[in-house]
Amino acid sequence: MSDHRIVNDRGTPVGRRVVLGMLALGALGVAFGDRLAAAQERLTAGLQLRDPTGLSQLIPAGTGFRYYSVTGPVPRVADDAYRLSVFGLVSNAREFSLDDLAELPQTNLVRDFQCVTGWRVNDVEWSGVLLGDVLDVVVPDRGATALRLGSFDGAYSESLTLEQARRADVLIATSMLGAAVTHDHGGPVRLYVAPMYGYKSLKWLGRIEVTDVVDPGYWEERGYDIDAWIGSSNGRDDDPV
Amino acid sequence: MTQSEVASRFTRVQVWVHWSLALLVGGCLLTAAILSLGPLSTAVGHRDVVGRVHVVAGLLLPLPIVLGLFSATFREDIERLNRFRPADWQWLRSRDRRSGRIPVEKYNAGQKLNSAFTVGTILVMLGTGVIMRYLEGWPVFLRTGATWVHDWLAFFVLVVVIGHIWMARRWGQGGEQVRESEVG
Repeated sequence: MSDHRIVNDRGTPVGRRVVLGMLALGALGVAFGDRLAAAQERLTAGLQLRDPTGLSQLIPAGTGFRYYSVTGPVPRVADDAYRLSVFGLVSNAREFSLDDLAELPQTNLVRDFQCVTGWRVNDVEWSGVLLGDVLDVVVPDRGATALRLGSFDGAYSESLTLEQARRADVLIATSMLGAAVTHDHGGPVRLYVAPMYGYKSLKWLGRIEVTDVVDPGYWEERGYDIDAWIGSSNGRDDDPV
Repeated sequence: MTQSEVASRFTRVQVWVHWSLALLVGGCLLTAAILSLGPLSTAVGHRDVVGRVHVVAGLLLPLPIVLGLFSATFREDIERLNRFRPADWQWLRSRDRRSGRIPVEKYNAGQKLNSAFTVGTILVMLGTGVIMRYLEGWPVFLRTGATWVHDWLAFFVLVVVIGHIWMARRWGQGGEQVRESEVG
């Protein structure tokens, strides 16, 4: 090894080189990571959607639904005890049980679910009652312009304008992924606002208040856009749903 | 290595830097796991609060090392960790590196690489984390890239931290763990 001897006997600054090399790799990753992530997602999507163990979630930045909740464990509500309360500026305030919802016209949608943090689940089957159909039952007053929606544990809230709520792709979902909405996905009843980012699709839907003012929801008070159109809000450019 | 050499390896400063950094890295990893692993997210929830703890722990990561720089012994250790001599490469390549055949100074080459990885990780995680959390005006492809780097590096950090703890337990008997010397 003597012919490899370094002239300067302090040795070579390998530590510094490792640090600088990591910074260079990190910068390259930031510049090209979106393409690499897309390629990686194509490879892992099938695996993660079919994996019952959840172990494939250990692969960073994969696809599939992720559990996002702003509160601790959410109480479970039995199907026959569930009530959706719709009130406020309406002439016919009332509660809807699951059976009541089942008697209203049913709508099926197959649409993507896009989270504002970047993950997207393609072609999810949703079914339930259009929010607009429920509004037709309670008949909003002339001065009503907006909705304040809340989870039944009271921890989460969302807002919609009345016009947004009456769209044909805004659903009170009682079923997703081909079965009743599970507790972790926000069951028994959740909202699905197809054209907006996931934080609009409130889970564990418990109450809808019809109001005359848009009252920012939970994440909207924390900096997210109130009008959360996919692809043209929150500084993102995802493909619209 | 004699008993007195072992005992005088670390001063109070090194011990404090090591364990405060360990606490912050542990906090980052734990909150990261809660935020990103489905079953843990489901069990804990509280996404907003957990996210805030993660951001604060992450922003504090450089602090122990920066404060340590005020100590001359700590700066000397950084210089020792930075510099590789021919024997370090030899030690890394050899199969019998634990036999003592190739003499090791205060730090072996693996410890040197681990400390460099730690500093590089702090800088890259801090940079990508700041892009994700604060630079909302940046183009989305860069923010997606930062997320991708942050996620993958976190995965490697977990592997390296587990390896670090395993090796400290395996080879660090009799006082080689980072703790204050009783005599020094």
